[in-house]
Amino acid sequence: MLDLKNIKKNYRMGVIDVEVLRGIDLSFESGETVSIMGPSGSGKSTLMNIIGCLDVPTEGTYFLDGKNVGEMNDNQLAEIRNAKVGFVFQTYNLLPRISALANVELPLIYGDRKNLRERSMLALERVGLSHRYKHKPTELSGGEQQRVGIARALVKNPSILLADEPTGNLDSKSSEEIMDIIKNLNKESGITVILVTHDPSVAKQAERIVSIRDGKIINE
Amino acid sequence: MIYIEIIKVAFVSLSANKLRSVLALLGIVIGVTAVISLMSIGRGTQERITSRIQDLGTNLLFIKAGASSFGGFTGQAGSSSSLTFKDAQALKDPLFAPSVIEVAPEITIRAQLVFGRKNTNVTVMGVTPQHLSVRNLEIDSGMFISSPHIQTYSEVIVLGSQVSEDLFGFQDPIGEHIRVNGKRFYVVGVLESQGGSAWTSNDSRAFIPLTTAFYRMQKQRVSGGNINVETINVQTKDLEVLDDAINEVSTILRLRHQIGNDDEDDFNITSQEQTIETLRETTNTFVVFLGAIAGISLIVGGIGIMNIMLVSVTERTKEIGIRKAMGAKKKDILLQFISEATVLSFGGGFLGVVLGYLISTGLDGRAILGQESFQTVFGIDVAILSLAVSAGIGLFFGIYPAARAAKLHPIEALRYD
Repeated sequence: MLDLKNIKKNYRMGVIDVEVLRGIDLSFESGETVSIMGPSGSGKSTLMNIIGCLDVPTEGTYFLDGKNVGEMNDNQLAEIRNAKVGFVFQTYNLLPRISALANVELPLIYGDRKNLRERSMLALERVGLSHRYKHKPTELSGGEQQRVGIARALVKNPSILLADEPTGNLDSKSSEEIMDIIKNLNKESGITVILVTHDPSVAKQAERIVSIRDGKIINE
Repeated sequence: MIYIEIIKVAFVSLSANKLRSVLALLGIVIGVTAVISLMSIGRGTQERITSRIQDLGTNLLFIKAGASSFGGFTGQAGSSSSLTFKDAQALKDPLFAPSVIEVAPEITIRAQLVFGRKNTNVTVMGVTPQHLSVRNLEIDSGMFISSPHIQTYSEVIVLGSQVSEDLFGFQDPIGEHIRVNGKRFYVVGVLESQGGSAWTSNDSRAFIPLTTAFYRMQKQRVSGGNINVETINVQTKDLEVLDDAINEVSTILRLRHQIGNDDEDDFNITSQEQTIETLRETTNTFVVFLGAIAGISLIVGGIGIMNIMLVSVTERTKEIGIRKAMGAKKKDILLQFISEATVLSFGGGFLGVVLGYLISTGLDGRAILGQESFQTVFGIDVAILSLAVSAGIGLFFGIYPAARAAKLHPIEALRYD
């Protein structure tokens, strides 16, 4: 359902073009868990941005559920992100001034608003945090904040859960909890999970590991 | 996003930085308050002036003699000797001038009034008994100029309240003798105070019989037995017949002055209504000018809002990135920031209207620093306009910061710290 063919991405740094991705071929099946590993500067973040429809490739094709993302404009990309992609960030990226529940509601207010509150509460329940829905992110621990982040990512039942170093800022106990939640979600709802990480202990929890270096896949 | 949601989000973001929001709001509040209170004071003053003139009677016509012309040199209006006492009497003609109910001719001279060791320089008007009713004057004590005074060229004088006070203080002036340009006059009456500013007030004038003024007080006289007058006040039945009255009066005067069909009038007719209209136009300019000055502070307030919004956009780059990652479109971000600016400016405008209303009603009828008391008129139209303008200012000055926010690339915005 995700199909990347010969993806290239160049960035212009001043006068020279920097090739960040140099021809990536990758596909994911529905319900898979995949880790993307690589050192910093390897291009894994750029690849994640393209998979998450935050950016479009310079060259190559990317089909997400049969749609060519590479040809989309900003508005269409926003719609795809809203409907198909759930992001989990290393730094949680919650809005600090609003409650956990309001944070979870965020993707819903930019799309289908039906049963907004109920769906958001349900998502919080799935990460075991429905009792703290009124709290603001600053009143929650790191692990709890990341759980809110996960609830926000899955509130729209997306096709992909894209997690960028989801445990990078957490202690080992919280990390384990977060990874358990992600794995359970994958088992229960068959969501495709893509983990971007440089931590081998996190990466090996996925069914498949893709390593990239210098903008190319070096092994699978 | 639906609108309620947008406005709710705007309130949440604005309340996150209360001090800053209040400061941004303040510019608009002060601007709108200034517009509303200045316009109320301006309009109140305008109303006061026009109502005071209306008190003098709106159904009045003033006929002035035309300007004298000597060798191509045209003098002041009223300087020619074309109007006479007989012209005035002829205008009171139920057959040819049915719209006219009363006529009052007058002559003005400047005179030094002396009583004992006190003296004052005032406008002395030579008038007939009709002057009292035509110009809405009231007698405070004594009597006004009467017909026998006119027939006998009596040296009697009626004082305006201010003149009486200046010369006599609290002493009763009736029956006293004063000197008017050196001649002895007998004070027969004092007028009631009318109030008002000097140029419309009869308080600082004195009145003597028209004939006395013409035969005893003027140095030059025109021979032929005609008493020349400067102005004839004509009172019409009511406002509706004003135009008829103008026609009747000018027909009679043209006949009497033997003016040919193609020749111009040797007199001028103006009406009190015209005076009020002219005055209203003049004061309108003044009111609009006041409003415009206050309006400038509104624009300054708008720039303040733009400044705050730009800071806010930079500060909230990360938030914008998060919202975009969650699927917010450019349009959503644009709307969000524009609505924040508009909520700010509209809120400021609303507070300004309330404050302006309080100030204008608080000032109404109150004397400050010994000045004449204020009269204010709070205009709903001005309030609505100010609200609309302040909301518009928020929109206008919010667009640029909002567009900057909407244009941010999601990845760069997410990376921003």
